[in-house]
Amino acid sequence: MTVEAAKEIAAQDFASIVESHRPQIFRFLLASLRDADLAETLTQECFLKAHRNWNRFRGDSSAMTWLMRIAINLQKDHWRNRRLQFWRHTQANAIGVDEASDWLPNGERNAEQQILAREQVAQVWKAVEGLSERQRTVFLLRYVEDRELSEIARATRLSEGTVKAHLSRALARVRAELRGTR
Amino acid sequence: MSNRDKLAGEIDDPIVAGALKHFKASVNAWSEATYTEPRTGVRMARHNWRLAAIWALGCLLAAGSLAGGLYERHVRQESARIEIMKAAIRAAEQKAALERKAAEEPVAATTAGKRQPTAVKNAASADEDLLATVDNDVSRQVPAAMEPLAQMMDNSGTN
Repeated sequence: MTVEAAKEIAAQDFASIVESHRPQIFRFLLASLRDADLAETLTQECFLKAHRNWNRFRGDSSAMTWLMRIAINLQKDHWRNRRLQFWRHTQANAIGVDEASDWLPNGERNAEQQILAREQVAQVWKAVEGLSERQRTVFLLRYVEDRELSEIARATRLSEGTVKAHLSRALARVRAELRGTR
Repeated sequence: MSNRDKLAGEIDDPIVAGALKHFKASVNAWSEATYTEPRTGVRMARHNWRLAAIWALGCLLAAGSLAGGLYERHVRQESARIEIMKAAIRAAEQKAALERKAAEEPVAATTAGKRQPTAVKNAASADEDLLATVDNDVSRQVPAAMEPLAQMMDNSGTN
């Protein structure tokens, strides 16, 4: 196989990975940041970084875990940079918890059930808002992206025990919010 | 989520489980709706524009403050220099006036001292001249009848 052919195969592989994983990365970043434009920008950066380092991807973990790790690092960098920024424009662009909870799939539920579901979603968002950055990441990977604990541990570079501890605290917060004890 | 990964109380609580299910569905719906929206990078452009405007304004303010400060400093320095020059001129004028005054006083004193004896002398000589003229005139106006007597007096005076 020539070098050109190998490169072409690699490029095709990467294109298929972008196609299959882009929506999930975008969703994770959207839920983390609550800012569609910023999520889009960071998703693009994530795949740009992944493309630059595609040759170094050894396949020890799944491509999704690898991409998720890049996305988490980008998000961390963003929050870190934002803390240093004098003009906190991100907060102004991120949508509020109430607005985020307006999104519900059109199911067969009646109006009452929809109102109840919206209230619950708002409460979960409120709880998520109060979580630390790491707790939020772990919580979203678990309950939005349906990732297993081992995958979350690999993506966040934490031990499974630490992931469990973060999840437990996050759940306690959600539970308290739902019961109205906070 | 596999059973192996279940956390205690995670699924057992129906309220939490229902809320998490709704939350996931909500994020999915939002993400799908947003992901398919066409985006043209307006946000970044807007941010760049905003940032550029903020930076430009900041630079302008900084430059203005600096220029204003420099101008103010220059004006102060200039006015201070002018004041110093004025004060120096005033001092020089005062000094010159004092020197002139000091120089004029001895001259006046000397002139006054010199002028007084001359005037006295002049006045005395004028008196003497006047007296001499009167004497001369008086002597000339002796009547002819008195002439022998006058001669006799002259003779007795010389004797």
